Amino acid sequence: MKVLVAVKRVIDYNVKIRVKADHSDVDLTNVKMAMNPFCEIAVEEAVRLKEKGVATEVVAVTVGPKAAQEQLRTALALGADRAIHIETDERAESLAVAKLLAKVVEEEQPGLVVLGKQAIDTDNNQTGQMLAALTGLPQGTFASEVAVDGDKVHVTREIDGGLQTIALTLPAIVTTDLRLNEPRYAKLPDIMKAKKKPLDVKTPADYGVEVASKVSLLKVESPAERKGGVKVASVDELIDKLKNEAKVL
Amino acid sequence: MSILVLADLHEGQLAGATAHVVAAAQAIGGDIDVLVAGEGVQAAAEAAAKLDGVSKVRVADNAVYAHQLAEPMGALLAELADGYTHVLASASTTGKNVLPRLAALKDVSQLSDVIAVDSADTFKRPIYAGNAIATVKSDDVLKVITVRSTGFDAVGTSGSATVEAVDVVVDNSQSSFVKEELAQSDRPELGGAKVVISGGRGMGNGENFKLLDGIADKLGAAIGASRAAVDAGFVPNDMQVGQTGKIVAPDLYIAVGISGAIQHLAGMKDSKVIVAINKDDEAPIFQVADYGLVGDLFEILPELESKL
Ligand SMILES: Cc1cc2nc3c(=O)[nH]c(=O)nc-3n(C[C@H](O)[C@H](O)[C@H](O)COP(=O)(O)OP(=O)(O)OC[C@H]3O[C@@H](n4cnc5c(N)ncnc54)[C@H](O)[C@@H]3O)c2cc1C
Ligand SMILES: Cc1cc2nc3c(=O)[nH]c(=O)nc-3n(C[C@H](O)[C@H](O)[C@H](O)COP(=O)(O)OP(=O)(O)OC[C@H]3O[C@@H](n4cnc5c(N)ncnc54)[C@H](O)[C@@H]3O)c2cc1C
Repeated sequence: MKVLVAVKRVIDYNVKIRVKADHSDVDLTNVKMAMNPFCEIAVEEAVRLKEKGVATEVVAVTVGPKAAQEQLRTALALGADRAIHIETDERAESLAVAKLLAKVVEEEQPGLVVLGKQAIDTDNNQTGQMLAALTGLPQGTFASEVAVDGDKVHVTREIDGGLQTIALTLPAIVTTDLRLNEPRYAKLPDIMKAKKKPLDVKTPADYGVEVASKVSLLKVESPAERKGGVKVASVDELIDKLKNEAKVL
Repeated sequence: MSILVLADLHEGQLAGATAHVVAAAQAIGGDIDVLVAGEGVQAAAEAAAKLDGVSKVRVADNAVYAHQLAEPMGALLAELADGYTHVLASASTTGKNVLPRLAALKDVSQLSDVIAVDSADTFKRPIYAGNAIATVKSDDVLKVITVRSTGFDAVGTSGSATVEAVDVVVDNSQSSFVKEELAQSDRPELGGAKVVISGGRGMGNGENFKLLDGIADKLGAAIGASRAAVDAGFVPNDMQVGQTGKIVAPDLYIAVGISGAIQHLAGMKDSKVIVAINKDDEAPIFQVADYGLVGDLFEILPELESKL
């Protein structure tokens, strides 16, 4: 079974972002970029499926600018066999990304597609679900456990009230939650080897997909700043402040 | 304008989030219908009919919609969406699971986690873990939106909408429900509680979380946790507050043994009053706390419980 993993290049999760002075967007100049943490978990899961003998090949795909090839090389260093880069400098929203991924699914016919549950820049949490709808495949979102069993996959999902387990027919789409696994670090020899692994470059036009969206970004602002308050010296002072100053007790 | 709100259910009952989503629908303006879909959901439908501002409750009561699996729910919504200008759901794990499927089936974008309505086509939503607020405009014919409950005050319950059955039944041979392990708790729901007390890695282990129980009892609080506490296995995942957990905005949030990583702050910084208890006086949580108490939580918590 072939496994397809979608990875996204995003701002490193440790970076505190700044809004541009003209409020047109956030300022990403010279900001450290990395693979979306949920996508690292997706790659790790796919590689583990291969190590267990469940998957035969792991293909990583990204939609984004030329620099996004760095994240594909990371995926290859972590154990993916080959990569597909759909190159665009346009703002590709979830729906366009899902349409492109649907074309790749049609071409590659994977048994399982693994995506992150959300990208930490736009926090959309949409792409996997949209891909599932476009390909007519079942979905197991926010997965904390994935078990392939014959022609089915059991997915345990992190839901608001606790955990839910569902069974899906294969092929299926899975999106990863934080506790699915702990991604490994790429070792230097693997990083070297990854440079020689195949990486195909395509464009949205190759797939006949229009990237433009009907959603426009009008403005980006900083949220209302929260000012730090005071330090209290004792439990008594804390209770007194909560009762008499904040009036929340 | 006419708006369809997908009701959120919790164990078959109407979840509190729905009243907030209806408030968002009122801010958009127009006729508001609520769809209640599931199996054995009459009681939830009647509860939805009482929400202020709702004209009609549509009930799809069928075994295929049990547990609100994404495939049948997406197909049902796609059948019903025609004629509506907006479809809204709460940004709960159900809303997030189902609504993007509808959007893709209708070839429109989705706006996630909307916190404010500027007009019928322009909305505000947080991006980058709430470190920026984007104003976005959608020119799609159908607007598909998930709503963050903390952005809108719940509507009242003095309404009397009509209740009508929906007879659309879809097939589903692709997904099936296996089991659910839901946390059982007598405490208020994290998302709706007026007071939340959360523990972090500083709690040391799961047993020590009991130190929060007595305080939570006295304050009628829900108990939350940081990701580090969940990852370490101290408490279950549904207690996680943050960018990738629950978003809360109670009147009082007490963070105990939590350092204040941006991902955690993203889930609680809209709380009215924040209290931090941490032994490290440089912990970033103090930068957002209204009241900070520096010290050992193992001494502070018992004292706090006895003095409340
Ligand atoms: C070159 C470029 C520049 C952009 N510039 C901006 C900007 O300046 N401002 C702005 O607001 N938005 C910008 N975006 C748009 C934003 O990044 C899109 O909304 C995003 O690509 C769509 O996915 P998401 O993060 O919303 O998806 P989510 O649904 O949150 O992501 C879930 C998962 O989907 C998969 N996935 C998502 N995107 C991709 C991808 N591109 N390739 C492969 N897998 C993916 C990953 O597995 C990810 O974990 C830009 C996008 C691109 C490609
Ligand atoms: C993609 C991604 C998503 C994430 N999503 C979330 C999320 O949704 N929610 C979330 O919380 N985190 C999230 N995180 C993790 C986040 O970055 C932090 O790692 C996490 O919040 C740290 O938890 P903590 O504050 O409990 O632990 P720590 O940072 O280890 O802090 C423990 C604190 O306890 C204090 N302490 C220790 N002992 C005592 C004592 N005896 N008395 C008093 N104080 C004591 C210490 O001084 C310290 O400040 C995410 C990370 C990533 C990469």
